[in-house]
Amino acid sequence: MKKKIDFLFAGVGGQGTILVSNILAEVGKSCGYDVKKSEVHGMSQRGGAVESHVRWGEKVYAPVVEEGGADYLMAFEMLEAARWPHYLAPGSIAIINRHRVMPPSVNLGKEKYPEEKEIESILTGAGGQVTWVEGAAKALELGNMALAGVVLLGALSARLDEPVEAWTKAVEDLVPAKFKELNVKAFLAGREMATGN
Amino acid sequence: MKKIMSGNEAFAYGAYLAGIKVGAAYPGTPSTEIMDNFSKYPGVYAEWSANEKVAFDVGAGAAYAGGRALVAMKHVGMNVASEVLFYTSYTGMKGGLVVINADDPGMHSSQNEQDNRHYARFAKVPMLEPADSEEAKQSVKAALEISESFDTPVVVRTTTRLSHSLSIVEMEEPVAEAPAESVAYERNASKYVMVPAYARGRHPVIEERLKKLAEFAETTPLNRIEPGDDQIGIITSGVVYQYAREVFPNATFLKLGMVYPLPDGLIRELAGRVKQVVVIEELDPFIEEHVRLLGIQTRGKDVFSNIGEFSPGRIRRFAQEAGLIPGSNQSTVTMPQLPGRPPMLCPGCGHRGLFYALQRLNVAAFGDIGCYTLGAAPPLSAMHTCGCMGASIGVIQGVDRVGVKDRTVAVIGDSTFFHSGVAPLISLKYNNSSSTVIVVDNRITAMTGHQENPGSGKTLQGADTPVIKIDELARSIGFNKVDVINPYEFRTVVDTIKDHVQSEESSLIVAQYPCVLNIREKKPALVVDVEKCNECGNCIRIGCSPITKVEGGISINAELCIGCGFCATICSQGAIGPQNKEGGTD
Ligand SMILES: Cc1ncc(C[n+]2csc(CCOP(=O)(O)OP(=O)(O)O)c2C)c(N)n1
Repeated sequence: MKKKIDFLFAGVGGQGTILVSNILAEVGKSCGYDVKKSEVHGMSQRGGAVESHVRWGEKVYAPVVEEGGADYLMAFEMLEAARWPHYLAPGSIAIINRHRVMPPSVNLGKEKYPEEKEIESILTGAGGQVTWVEGAAKALELGNMALAGVVLLGALSARLDEPVEAWTKAVEDLVPAKFKELNVKAFLAGREMATGN
Repeated sequence: MKKIMSGNEAFAYGAYLAGIKVGAAYPGTPSTEIMDNFSKYPGVYAEWSANEKVAFDVGAGAAYAGGRALVAMKHVGMNVASEVLFYTSYTGMKGGLVVINADDPGMHSSQNEQDNRHYARFAKVPMLEPADSEEAKQSVKAALEISESFDTPVVVRTTTRLSHSLSIVEMEEPVAEAPAESVAYERNASKYVMVPAYARGRHPVIEERLKKLAEFAETTPLNRIEPGDDQIGIITSGVVYQYAREVFPNATFLKLGMVYPLPDGLIRELAGRVKQVVVIEELDPFIEEHVRLLGIQTRGKDVFSNIGEFSPGRIRRFAQEAGLIPGSNQSTVTMPQLPGRPPMLCPGCGHRGLFYALQRLNVAAFGDIGCYTLGAAPPLSAMHTCGCMGASIGVIQGVDRVGVKDRTVAVIGDSTFFHSGVAPLISLKYNNSSSTVIVVDNRITAMTGHQENPGSGKTLQGADTPVIKIDELARSIGFNKVDVINPYEFRTVVDTIKDHVQSEESSLIVAQYPCVLNIREKKPALVVDVEKCNECGNCIRIGCSPITKVEGGISINAELCIGCGFCATICSQGAIGPQNKEGGTD
């Protein structure tokens, strides 16, 4: 067991950030960690940005990750990933869904959506390693855009030591009953994409 | 067994475990989930009251009758309900009465960041402040016990971070109780009828109670000294305790679970153990000023700001700048300039139709709080004041009495109208005003996550109930000019507003369309015929997120569009419509 692992989730309202971060908290608890989680979702339903912090540790005090402390950044949307370089710990990993949701100022032609390369260099410049995941594409292939987050979770799980059963059980326990199988499938797809087999 | 729960879920669970049978609240971020969750436990009664004051009165009545009661509200809700805090402080009550008050440092979703610890001192009632979900669960029981042994309402203070953070909670067996038999209401006028003669008798009782509570604060396990080194002694409470623990791992702590009244003895004991006392608290120097009054030197707001929410990082930076801990945590990461993602009216939201019409008519709109406040944001920019719930109708009366050149309207949501719009509407009619009030009625309390309200036909616990009709209510008050319109029907909306604002008598418009997010409305997405589009920009000006300016025209994102058709209505060229078989527009 590691002393602590800090995860930061970034996304846009309606992408399922909260649910997926709840699953991650549950995995930590079932594997014997103390866990805390915090989310900001005041106006999320209205298309605003959503952030969620998950912390695993022997003993966790603060429910939020400290700047420079995140071991993993889980971004459900590309622009949202770029907002968090100051939170990355040295050697951290950013797992980013290759998916764009245009903000209003871009829609109105007033600002530019950053290039993929720009986003990558913002994060690598802060000491992170970037892994792109075709979460949106996979989710569409499985027939539901809402699955992208669970695909990303699968990709994350491949980098951690916790047994796969702990992950699939948490997915099954937390998603709505009728979408259980589909979510486990999406999770395993993400896990496979990350291990490359 | 252990479960991961949010602070708010844990409050509800704690209330259920402690045998609370009656709960009342009005929604408000970050408090809403407390009553939402409580209402689902077996054997409890829970309601959305019309506003926080009513909720608190309901709690008071339940406790007067000998029941244990729970009331919950956001910090500004306490402003509305504070009358009840003051009278219940004087009367006390038979059963336990717990009020959960949720402050919002950082203003994640509020109009101010007032520090409601002042209310405890103001009304001379005890206040607890838990620091994680397990403590949140326990705090309800502790509050009930204090309430019942000291004959006082007890406020439990939470903050957004505690309410919306999850941590591990120990599951317990609820107290098995035989259902209580109804007993006669206990009549005791000198305790419960607060006329001056009786109230004078109560004030000394309240002062005496406060002294006893201060003694209790010294011995309750809610407050504790956590030994550490003798350099720094930190006094703190709530979630800030968790942050401070990370930044000062070796310090001695006085962790307060009860923030009013404060334990003078424990504060002195801490001061005696360490070289320097440091108070770390969000917002006002509430604890710090008390420590200073004891003649103890302390660091506090000279180090840690009284503005905004704290975080471990912020506390670390403040402490480093003041030299309390070594190091300078100047981040080397340069923050990129990125497009923001402000909240906006959802695709298909009925409010949009009304605000677009107001913008086109260049009306000065005096507003209120809800999703519809987003009508103030560009590109609609069609609301010009928003202070607190229910303000719009009184404000327009004042504006119109001074008289301005502009056409003026008040705009208020349905839930806000039931909350605090009815009395101002009566006041308007009574004073022969000529103002126009528009109720933007989306049939639900949308902003806070779709709670039922007096206009929605359902109660919190799912029972059917008659819909209170806003137009009929206005007519019964004496309004003659009342119209109910569909905000998507642009021409009707424009004509009705024009007609009302020029009228000599006060009038009311109900712009009614159900919240599309709540009813999950989704019709086929619309498309733009690029041949017909002349890029006039009308559709961009309605601020609907699927509508995007692209090279050579406009495009509508089919995934986001719910097909409400409003953009088609206001398109000057008839270039927007449903997709036809060939892929163009009809
Ligand atoms: C005194 C007070 N209580 C609660 C709130 C939280 N709050 C803000 S808007 C709102 C409800 C708005 O509902 P409605 O008027 O129906 O407008 P909608 O969001 O549905 O457009 C609530 C409960 C507040 N700001 N102030």
